Formats: sequence, C-alpha cells, structure tokens
Amino acid sequence: MFETPDLTLLGTEIFMLIMACVVLVADLFVKDKGHKLTYLLAQFALVFGFYYTLKLGMATEDATIAYAGSYIFDGMALILKLAIFITAFIVLVYSRPYINERDILRGEYYMLVLFATLGALVLVSAHSLLTIYLGLELLTLASYALVASHRDSSNSSEAAMKYFVMGAVASAFMLYGMSLVYGASKTIEIGLIADAMVGTQSLLFGMGLVFMVSGIAFKLGAVPFHMWIPDVYQGAPTPVTAFIGSVPKIAAFGMIMRILVEAMPSLESNWMMMLIILAVLSMGLGNITAIVQSNIKRLLAYSAIAHVGYFLLGMIAGTPDGYSASMFYILVYALTTVAGFGVIIFMSRAGFECDTLDDFKGLWQRSPWYAFMMLMTIMSMAGVPPFIGFWPKLEVIMAVLNADKDLVWLAVVAMVFSIVGAFVYLRIAKVMFFDAPETDAELGSDLSMRIVLSLNGLAMLGLGLFPTLILGYCVAVFA
Amino acid sequence: MNELPLLSLLIWIPIFGGLLLLLLGDKNPGLSKTIALVVSVVTLALCVPLYQGFDVSTANMQFVEHAAWIPTLNINYSLGIDGFALPMIILTCFSMVLVIVAGWEVIENRPGQYMAAFLVMQGLMNGVFAALDSILFYVFWEGMLIPMFLIIGIWGGPNRVYATLKFFLYTFLGSVFMLVALIYMGIKASSFAIADMHTLAMPLDVQSLIFFAFLLAFAVKVPMFPVHTWLPDAHVEAPTGGSVILAAIMLKMGTYGFIRFSMPITPDAAVEYSFLMIVLSLIAVVYIGLVALAQQDMKKLIAYSSIAHMGFVTLGFFIAFGLMSEGHVNAAELGLQGGLIQMISHGFISAALFLCVGVLYDRVHSRNIADYGGVANKMPVFAAFFMLFAMANSGLPGTSGFVGEFMVILAAFQENFWYAFLAATTLILGASYSLWMYKRVIFGDVANEKVENLTDMNMRETMVMVLLAIMVLGFGLYPAPLVEIMDASVKNLLECGIQSKLTEVAVGVCS
Repeated sequence: MFETPDLTLLGTEIFMLIMACVVLVADLFVKDKGHKLTYLLAQFALVFGFYYTLKLGMATEDATIAYAGSYIFDGMALILKLAIFITAFIVLVYSRPYINERDILRGEYYMLVLFATLGALVLVSAHSLLTIYLGLELLTLASYALVASHRDSSNSSEAAMKYFVMGAVASAFMLYGMSLVYGASKTIEIGLIADAMVGTQSLLFGMGLVFMVSGIAFKLGAVPFHMWIPDVYQGAPTPVTAFIGSVPKIAAFGMIMRILVEAMPSLESNWMMMLIILAVLSMGLGNITAIVQSNIKRLLAYSAIAHVGYFLLGMIAGTPDGYSASMFYILVYALTTVAGFGVIIFMSRAGFECDTLDDFKGLWQRSPWYAFMMLMTIMSMAGVPPFIGFWPKLEVIMAVLNADKDLVWLAVVAMVFSIVGAFVYLRIAKVMFFDAPETDAELGSDLSMRIVLSLNGLAMLGLGLFPTLILGYCVAVFA
Repeated sequence: MNELPLLSLLIWIPIFGGLLLLLLGDKNPGLSKTIALVVSVVTLALCVPLYQGFDVSTANMQFVEHAAWIPTLNINYSLGIDGFALPMIILTCFSMVLVIVAGWEVIENRPGQYMAAFLVMQGLMNGVFAALDSILFYVFWEGMLIPMFLIIGIWGGPNRVYATLKFFLYTFLGSVFMLVALIYMGIKASSFAIADMHTLAMPLDVQSLIFFAFLLAFAVKVPMFPVHTWLPDAHVEAPTGGSVILAAIMLKMGTYGFIRFSMPITPDAAVEYSFLMIVLSLIAVVYIGLVALAQQDMKKLIAYSSIAHMGFVTLGFFIAFGLMSEGHVNAAELGLQGGLIQMISHGFISAALFLCVGVLYDRVHSRNIADYGGVANKMPVFAAFFMLFAMANSGLPGTSGFVGEFMVILAAFQENFWYAFLAATTLILGASYSLWMYKRVIFGDVANEKVENLTDMNMRETMVMVLLAIMVLGFGLYPAPLVEIMDASVKNLLECGIQSKLTEVAVGVCS
C-alpha cells in the first residue's frame, strides 16, 4: 500500500542536508576555540559528498529520471556536482583564516555554506520547474545570509540588502515565467514541457521564455541585469564573494541547460537571439567598465560580467560542442575566480582589507611566489595561453564559428572585447610587478590556505598544459 | 629517424631551467646565473646535432614529433622544422647565450628571475618556430608575451610601464584576429595542422579576410608601417637583453609568419594585395629610414633602423608574387632568399648594435647621442667593434648586412625599376644614420667628464662582441651554408606553396 522510493539517487542531497543540521547542532553544543570541529565536519561533508557522488556516477550509466520526473541524475549533473564540491571545499579553506581573524567565526557560516551548496546540488539535478525553483531559492537564501555575515560592516549589510531585493525580483521573474509555461503546457516536468511545445505557437510559451531568460540573466549577472553584481561582490566578505562568484555560476549553467535546452528546444531561435544580446552587452560593458575600477573586488565583478558574456557564446552556438564549451568555460571560470579571490584573502588581514588595486603594489617584491600565482590567475582570466583560461575561450569561439549560423561577427566582437579585457588584467599585473610596495606587512600565514592557494594557482598552468583533464569530461557529457 | 626528441628538448630544457630558477629564488644569484648559462649553452649545443642531422635536399618537415594533445578538437603537439625554421632556432639559441652573458653583472635587481624569464622565453620562441600545429603555434606565440612583458616592465627604463603595456596590447591585438582565422580554417579543414591549411582551397573573399587577419598579427610583430610605433618605445625602455631578443628574434617571427602562414595559405589574396605590401615595405625602408636619421636616442635610432631593415625582408617576400607571374622564377627565389638572409643577418647586427649601446649605457647611464663624443679615445677596442657593426648596419659589402639587401635589390630590379630604386636608397640612408651616429658618439674630442672616465670593454663584453663579429663577417663573406639550408624550402614555397588555390582542383598539385 505504501512503497518507499529508492533513495540512493538522492543520497548526496540527503547526506548534505543531514550534515548541515549536524554542523549547526555541533556548533551549538561543542564549544571549542576556533570552531575547528564545525569546520572539519563541514569539510568532511563536502569530501564525503564528493566521494558518494562519484561512486553513484560510476554505478549509474544512463541518465536516470526519478521521483515522478522531478529529479534527474545524468552526466552533466554528475560533473557539475563534483565541481560544486571541489569549489566549495576550496572556498571553505580560504574562508577559515579570514573569518577567524575578523570575529565572524560562527558555526552558522559553515552551515550556510553547506545549505547553499545543497541548493546548488538540487538545482543541477532538477528536472521539473518546481525543483529548479526549490534549488535556486535554497542557494540564494543561504547566500543572502552569507553576504550579511559580517554584521558590523555597513558595506556587508548594504550588499546583502541589494542582493536580497534584486534576487527577489529575479525569483519573481522566474516564477512568473514558470507559471506561464505551466499554464500553456499543463506540466512542470522538463521533458513533458518540451513535448508539449512541439507544434504549438502559443504566445504563452514565448512570454514564459522571456521572463525565465530575464530571471536567468539576473542570476548570472548578464547585462542589462547586472547591476547588483559589483555592489555585492565588493560589499560581501571576500570569501563569500569567492563563493557567490563560483558555485552559483556552476549551478546556473545546470539551470540554463535544463530550462532552455532541455525544456524549450523548439524555441531555440528565440532564446538564441536573446542570449546574443545579453552576451554582446555583457562582454562589452563588463570589459570596458572594468578598466576604470580601482577596487579589485569590483574589478573582478565586472570581469565576472564579461565572462558571463563569453560563457553565453557557447549556448548561442546551440550545438553539443557549444554546450560542452560553455560547461568547460564555467568550470574553468569558477576555478580561476576562486584563485583570484583567494589571493585577495591571502593578502588581507584583520583591520586591513586588501581590496584596492593599490594594495597589490609591489606584491612581486613582497612575495614572488604568490605574485606569480596571481599572475597566472589573471592571465588565465585574460585568456592568454598557455594558461587554462585560454582553452574555454578558444572552445566557445570555435563553437560559435562551427555552428553554421553566420556568427563570425560575434566571434570577432568577442575577440575585440577580449583585447579590452587584456588591458584590465594587465593593470593588475602592472601594479603587482612594476610598482614599489607600500607596506611590507606579513601575508597570510595559514598553512592549509598556502597549500591550497598554491595548488589552485599552479592548476592554472598545469590544466592549461593538459586541458583535456577537464575538457574531456565536458565533451563526454554532451557526446 | 632520430632517437632524441631534439625539438622538444630545445623547447622544454630552457622552460624547465627557467622554472627551476624561479623556484630557487634570489638567495644565491651566482648559482642562478651559472645555471642559466649552463642551460643556454646546453640548448645551443643541442643545435649542433640538429644542424648536422638536417637534410638540406628536401623541403619536408624534419625531426618531426607528434603526440595527441587535445584529441577532441584534433589539436596535436606536433613539431618539425624545415629550412625556414632551422636557422631561426639556431639564431634564438645563439642570441640567448649572448643575452645571458651580457646581463651577467649588469642586472642587479633579482638576476635569477631575469634569467628565468629569458630562458622561459627561449623555450617558447623555439616552440613558435618548431610548431606544426596552428594552435600549438598560437600558444607559444602568445605565451611569449608574458615573459617579455615582465622583462620590459621590471628591468626596463623610466617609462617602462607605458612601453610594456603598449607592447603587450599591440601584439595581443594583432594575434587575436589571427586566432579567429586559425579557428575558422581549422574548422574548414577539420584539422589544425598547418600543412592541412596549406592545401585548403578557399575563395578569394575568404582568403582576403584571412590574409588581413594574418597581416594584422604579423605586421605588428615585424613591425610594418603604420603599426610600428610600439617598437621604438619598447626598445628604448627594455633592458639591453630585452632589446636584443626583441630585435634579433621576435621581429623575425612576424616575417616567419608571412612565409609559414600568409603566403602559402592565402596565396591568391597575397597576389591581390602584394602591391600594398610592397608599398608598405618601401615606406618602411624610405620613410622610417629618414625618421631614424632624426633620432637623438641611440636605441631609438637602432629601433627605427630595424624597422627599415625588416622592410627589406617583407619587400623580398612580396615581390616574389609579381616575379613568379612574369616567369622570373630565379629572381623570385633570389628575393625570397634575400629576405630570409636579411632576417638572420639583421638578427646578428641589431643584437650587436643593441649590445654596443648597452656597453655604453652601463657606464654612462645615458642613451642620448649628445651625451657622448670622443669615446674612441677611451675605448678603442669597443670603437673598433662598434665600427664594424655600424658598417654592417649600413650594408657594407663583406658584412652579412650586404648580402640580403643586395639580393633583394637585385630581385626588385627585375620586377620594377622604381622598387629597386627606392629600396636602394637604404644604402644611403642606412649609411647616413648609422655612420652619423657613430661619428657623433665615437669620434671627436672627449665630450665630457663621464666619457673621460670610461673604461674599455672587459673580457666578458669583448667575448660577446667577438662572437657576433665572427657571425657578421662570416655570413657576409660566405653565406653559402645559410643559402643551402633554405634552398629546398624556398623552391618548394615558390613551386607549390604559393600556387593559386581558389578551387579544389588546383590544390595539391605538388606535395
């Protein structure tokens, strides 16, 4: 009369939920100095979650849709989940010394990161509009709180406020679009929506698409829905910026794939046009505005906007090659941006936020090693070979040229703006290497942070020499 | 056919040597410098088996190495050299030893990292010349910018930041369009191998666009008028070693690009626009020659003279199309070969001149011609070497500077009297700016106290000069070995490479 569904597929999410609660409770009762236990528990959750997902992925060969069509576990979900775990793990390593020094060290921090990660996991595995919305809200609600976690800082609160208002508007857009699509198709399941759309010219689908694309653009921070990005990036505590600059982007890729490619393939020509506009504006405005920024977090925020533009190129191509290129792009971007914010965290200390460009002056003389780490990171962002950031750029451009859609102009535009972008990143290199240092203060001393940051930086070069390590999986997913 | 992957070694030994130096840090500069010297000498020594094993009778790629790199995109790690690449690789390795020796005592700010940057760059430059895959080529080509950016920016002169940013952005600007062209052709040919692009048939309008994309990339690098303005800035601000590498190797990459990419891949567009190229080359020769005459700064003068001399190279390359269509095969060959010899010869001469200026600059800390005068009284040995190189720069017979220019002028005569006439003005202009500078710096009475206190070159500096003098005189008197290496490749380029490939039928007529 009542059958318990097989919960192995959902194991990762259930485990993460339990661990988030355990972290919360553990932090309440165990009073160790530095909240070491909570930290370790949170990291354990991520590591084990990674392991479980990997095993699950190896055991499951085909894409599995379960739980009344609301959940999917396929190659894309697997890779994105693994990437989310890795990124969240790195962010937590970077977070610890930062929140330790600034007295925002509370168990909630770790708990919120775990919940946000859970939201991201749900999002990439969502197979109905409702699950998508559930994952999205879980992710963003936890992020709002994270941004506000530095309670005494007015910047932090302001950023959280903006983030919340904008995020709420975006969610409303999404939800409205979803309701229209539901109205027209009578279903919320991704696959069934795609079927329902075939052969109809319903205006409702078009309207729903417009609202959903707007919502997605809000979440991604594509121009003209980008206004919140610079303020939030700048105002949030730096490790939180690293988090919201990476994990939600990976999850958003999953969301775009599910909504646009899987649910609305028959409207491809429509959403492609919208994405072209978003991409061109994002690349242009992001790169050009970044030139005049003096705050490095803000600069990276505009660079994030520009990168979203490049990322969208692959989606515009509308081919499996394009999707794998976009996926590659977003994974590489997440890894790179985390390294960038990692260096910022590394150079900051309590009472001194290293967030202006001038604070990077003479880093080469203070610490050649980390100057080179940062150099590799920004050169990767600029797309200069042999660093990893070059390959996804190459891939998306290739996908666009290969798509048989007469989009050579788009590739040229993208390249022109990447020259502008190069100037932006060269400015950072310039202050690091050519200017004299203004302080000789100690850099961060946390050992685990040093190790992970160095590995993260070296990955820019190492993966750049062997891009197939990531690219191979991205291609396999859409093969 | 060869047991050792020589080309890979030539690329990776310097790069790993450089990384090792970076890891060592600057605690022991003496050790770092010794390692750098050893690495550069070892790579130069590796050129010996490369030269000996090179078969001059064929235009095929030799020492080929092939490994899958990114199989999903069909991008491969494939290396190989022909008669165009071999001399450039040897020149690169040779110049690098000089640069390291020349920077031995001069660089005080973290010498280890200075050497490291040069070694990494050496590996990447060898990679540019050896790459047979266009994306691999692009990776080396762009990767090279970063060490050079740092070299100029960290160890350069007062206005170094402006100069290095300009350098980076100009070159980056050119090369991204080349990347789009490469990707486009890679998709059309379903392969990124340069050889496959050579046989790809394309209509004229597509060829033209690709030709201009390449032109932008290579013209910036050469540099050709009107995109040459970064070079004087970069040269003036770069440390001596940086100037040497810029002039001796990096400029040649532009012209190397023309013969490796533009001419064989888009021959019909090249014919279409060869007049434009010839005009730009002649502007470089005449106008830039005049500009050089007006310079007050020695390095700037040499920089402008470099642009003028590189104009000869592009002239020699692009008159070939006109000559071929009129049936003057020998003249076309002469022009191409002249251009190639000019590339090598200018590598030696410009390196020597920049090193000469470096010798003076290290003592007086000025590059202004007006700050000198009567140096011969205090530095007779130096004056003698400087004389030789200044003469070579103005194309004196017996020096390597003469050979290439003479061949190009000879070839140009068959094409059009006025081309030859304008090109030949370089003999007057070159002599004017080189010798006038020489006169003002070296001859006359001792100008001021700083010159009064000059000491002549030490062992290390003399050794560098002697090596370069041998090269300049050697190739001037007996250029045959160089011609021999290039001959097969030149013939192949003329017979097969630049044949029309508008239609499928014509393609692959000879291979």
